[in-house]
Amino acid sequence: MMETREICCVICPMSCNITVKAEGRKIISIDNYSCPRGKEYAASEYLDPVRTITSTVRAIGYKSPVIPVRTSKPVPKDKIYEVMEVIRGLECSEPFNIGRVLVENVLGTESNIVLCND
Amino acid sequence: MKMRNHSYDVAVIGAGPAGLAAAGAAIEAGAENVVIIERDFRPGGILEQCIHVGFGLKYFKEELTGPEYAARFIAEAKKDGVTFFLNTMVLSISEDGRQIRCINSEEGDITLEVKSVVLSMGCRERTRTAIQIPGTRPAGIFTAGTAQRYINIQNLVVGKEVVILGSGDIGMIMARRMTLENVKVKAVVELMPYLAGLTRNRVQCLDDFGIPLYLSHTITDIQGKKRVEGVTVAKVDEKGKPVAGTEFNISCDTVLLSVGLIPENEVSKTCGVTLDPVTKGPIVDNTMQTSVKGVFACGNVVHVNDLVDNVSVESRIAGAAAARFARERHDADDKVVTVNTGENVRYVVPQKIDLNSGVEKVEIHFRVRQPDRGVIIQAVCGEEIIHSHKCQIVNPGEITSVKVDLDKIRNGNADEITVRVIKEGNDGN
Repeated sequence: MMETREICCVICPMSCNITVKAEGRKIISIDNYSCPRGKEYAASEYLDPVRTITSTVRAIGYKSPVIPVRTSKPVPKDKIYEVMEVIRGLECSEPFNIGRVLVENVLGTESNIVLCND
Repeated sequence: MKMRNHSYDVAVIGAGPAGLAAAGAAIEAGAENVVIIERDFRPGGILEQCIHVGFGLKYFKEELTGPEYAARFIAEAKKDGVTFFLNTMVLSISEDGRQIRCINSEEGDITLEVKSVVLSMGCRERTRTAIQIPGTRPAGIFTAGTAQRYINIQNLVVGKEVVILGSGDIGMIMARRMTLENVKVKAVVELMPYLAGLTRNRVQCLDDFGIPLYLSHTITDIQGKKRVEGVTVAKVDEKGKPVAGTEFNISCDTVLLSVGLIPENEVSKTCGVTLDPVTKGPIVDNTMQTSVKGVFACGNVVHVNDLVDNVSVESRIAGAAAARFARERHDADDKVVTVNTGENVRYVVPQKIDLNSGVEKVEIHFRVRQPDRGVIIQAVCGEEIIHSHKCQIVNPGEITSVKVDLDKIRNGNADEITVRVIKEGNDGN
């Protein structure tokens, strides 16, 4: 069955509302974009939307009660809440270095949960 | 206690992104000793609590979190030998810009002797008082940035059910942040018919989580005695006045305000810097020098930016100019051109151009009054159009800029130019 979806492009301030038509994972058409980057974004946002997740974890011996963490690269959008559950269970003590890996390959996403402050 | 040096070439006030970039640039431009005075316990400024990604796409071509972006500048400033006075509050600057009075709990009341100053104190949030929301005065009303600091640094939850007034970036980012922490964000309410912040934040912070956005609406009442119990929301007309009969109630225990930022210029005023009534920041020239010789300003203390990347670029100009001034004090009045705001331009920065500043092109940043599409951005000198380019879209939420060639101003022999945004097909020719 064909699905039509409007995707608001976030690549530039134009914010085009791009129309994607697809059957399952097969894209039939992409319309109403203004540049190749928008077309590419709409396709990837339709097929495999990803987001970088940032949050904080409890930090023992740090200068504030929590330290910020992020996923080292974007993870599938539908995994946001599951990754948040993993982050919620974390705790961290020294060393506090940017990029230090707390969880490798979180939930098989090939993204690590890393510290993002020191 | 170790006695610190109290004499510096360049003093930078505030260790946020603007101050850090200015200090680094001052050292690179040859200043020998540079001090940053910061009231918080660590450098980094507001970036320390902005744990979301989106910083550095322009400056580093990477998508960084706020703390990661700040850390790069902190590391560079430390490597360059910049002195940091942390936990230190600046009280005033002398009218000649040569003395800075500040206070901290180690040394008490101290005065630094300096050759030039960079103002980089950033901005602060508008509050409920600033926008006069009627209703009771219960606990549970925060600015978005205060809530951000509570959650991201102090690990405190602000409430369970939230309504956000204002579609500024911080408000939308907090909507996502709280949703991820299992707080229910019931609505974002925006007075204007368009979004105040960046579209990507609407998509990734509101749409992703199904948070309703009410444009052309406002909060007309806050209920609750000890704690917020709910708000009344109403549609507004073109003048921003609530329309009778459109009211509806939303129950909530927390209201966040993301209703604009104002440059923080209490310290600037102590040395008599002239402020722009629209930006609420110092009037600056293209070297970021204020109306007081040797006092420079950069970042959100000048005008509220939407991207930190632009702040870093602008602040490097200020830092380098402050270093130059420290080396060769320059009190003469130069040939200065005023930049005026024309059609659909709310403000410009810089507001002045020093034709002898040693550069050939100057980038003028501005915000439009109204969103528009299919426009021409022009710089006009007397009768002559000295710059013109087409632009597909302009938006009050996003700073636009125009680069002008100083030779063209010199040729025009005028003492002012005007920046304007006109409809395509109506270019005045």
